[in-house]
Amino acid sequence: MAVIRQLVPWALAQCVKLLLLLAAVSVASFGLMELSPIDPVQAYIGADMMRVSAEQREAIAAYWGLDQPPIEQFGRWLTSLLQGDMGTSMIYRTPVTEVLAEKFTASMWLMGTAWLLSGLLGFGAGVLAAMKEGSWLDRVIQWVCYTLASTPSFWLAIMLLLAFSVWLGWLPVGLGTPAGVLREEVSIADRLHHMILPVLTLSVVGISAIALHTREKLIEVLHSDYVLYARAQGERGLLLVWRHGLRNIALPAVSLQFASFSELFGGAVLAEQVFAYPGLGQATVEAGLRGDVPLLLGIVLFSTVFVFCGNMTADMLYRILDPRTREVKA
Amino acid sequence: MALLEVNDLSISFEQSAGWLRQRYIPVLHQLQLTVDAGEVVAVLGASGAGKSLLAHAILGILPSHARITGEMTYRGERLTPQRQAALRGMDIALVPQSVAYLDPLMPVGEQVRHAVKQGNKRERQRESFRLYRLGEEVERRYPFQLSGGMARRVLVAAATASGARLIIADEPTPGLDPDVMREALGRFRELADVGCGVLLISHDIASALTVADRIAVMYAGTVVEIARAADFAGDGTALRHPYTRALWQALPQNGFVPLPGEPPQLGERPHACAFASRCSAATDACLHEQPPVRELRRGLVRCVHAS
Ligand code: SF4
Repeated sequence: MAVIRQLVPWALAQCVKLLLLLAAVSVASFGLMELSPIDPVQAYIGADMMRVSAEQREAIAAYWGLDQPPIEQFGRWLTSLLQGDMGTSMIYRTPVTEVLAEKFTASMWLMGTAWLLSGLLGFGAGVLAAMKEGSWLDRVIQWVCYTLASTPSFWLAIMLLLAFSVWLGWLPVGLGTPAGVLREEVSIADRLHHMILPVLTLSVVGISAIALHTREKLIEVLHSDYVLYARAQGERGLLLVWRHGLRNIALPAVSLQFASFSELFGGAVLAEQVFAYPGLGQATVEAGLRGDVPLLLGIVLFSTVFVFCGNMTADMLYRILDPRTREVKA
Repeated sequence: MALLEVNDLSISFEQSAGWLRQRYIPVLHQLQLTVDAGEVVAVLGASGAGKSLLAHAILGILPSHARITGEMTYRGERLTPQRQAALRGMDIALVPQSVAYLDPLMPVGEQVRHAVKQGNKRERQRESFRLYRLGEEVERRYPFQLSGGMARRVLVAAATASGARLIIADEPTPGLDPDVMREALGRFRELADVGCGVLLISHDIASALTVADRIAVMYAGTVVEIARAADFAGDGTALRHPYTRALWQALPQNGFVPLPGEPPQLGERPHACAFASRCSAATDACLHEQPPVRELRRGLVRCVHAS
């Protein structure tokens, strides 16, 4: 009960924070799009530029409301947003909510798998390295982590692509589904097959942070007074790590993983771009390059909420699970 | 037969000095000590004299780069690493200094139950909690929810519940309320009175003398004197070593005579009496080698001039 009583005011404060954040983020993104040299009408028409008359262009601009002053455009967007309408994407010509739903579903599989995979692998590698601190295994794990951490993910993606798709030919070069196959005929196996490389790239991005963090935390715990005491009581080996180690490092590790949603999202943008995976990341790049303001704003708002939820979950886990942040029952 | 006997114990730490070369940093030198069942032996010394190293060496929980020579026996049996692993927590228990030695995320009842090695864990834990006036609700508390005195009692309760015969106790953290301190030390006396041997690590003569039968005084990595508690009386003439006498005379009730100088750093192999630079009785004879241990008036001393 005490936990809940403490949590309510905190949750309310978080909501206010989120609203302010969303407001700031949308104003900033809108402003940036206004300042960008991309002419949305031109981007929309594309190569047909020569064959479209000035009148037609104006008609298009009027259709999208682009002929109005920026403040008014923003005002209209905001009013309809408050009514639950995020507008219509200019490039996909469908409501932004629909685009978001579709793209996010695709990305979610990618990001979710990568998130779990990097979390588990990273945690495992960190625990292993810490338990064998100073050994060659520890050194190899650290070396790999530092190397991965300093590898640009798009470069890694290209390398993986070259190795597995071009040279070995085991995996498809890109896209979320086989080319030339109808949507209804795409099997789950096909989808999985196409996900392997993007997931791999994206996982690798996250592994080193969690592994190095876990290693450091566990080493700290293993050198702590309470582990010394546990050893003095005859505990040792795996049992000791299980009882005192994991208990003390699991929470920070899980929190870190939740707090890494922004890196995950950033990584997804790059990975999806390289593998032409039709997810939210790729839609972000498209929307930006082609001046699709409603879609871009939609994505920005959505990803803000997404990252915010990750951070909030991280914070909340501590509040609920760590006895030290609970009320002292004296 | 002594419960614990430590003979000629030396410890050094291996340190790599460049490629493939190792240096050994000596920290404890040829240390002697015995603890009998039913007695409290206080190990007294300034911080850095090597008291906790001694405790960890007996338990066999020194870091892996420690090199140990000499001999330790428990009830007449050699304490090999295997033997230590078997006895740790079973026959030999550690009572740490403070609540920081408890796992911060585990309820204390559970931690005490882990300490129980024989019999029904929950029953033994409850029993020892009752013995130390710890209510059942304390079981579910986390270390941070305990008061200083309660934490002490939990730590002693863990040692009692383990059923160990030899208790190695670190003196409670200084700064504890004096009543709590007295109570905490009194617990060790009680444990000795029911037949345990207690090795009490302390840096405060006055409090150690309230419970100890014998006092081992450490200086710069070795035991320089083992005295009976009764020897600490009057102006300290019954004491054997100049350092012990200086400690005794530095107490407020004994004249508050300060001892000038600083103890040497650990890490030097003794080629002379380590106390020589601060000793008013030092002569050339003191500088040749580390003075050998001698028996003197039912105690031990490591000083060439002691009589
Ligand atoms: S051996 Fe010499 S220097 Fe050392 S304590 Fe005895 S008298 Fe002092």
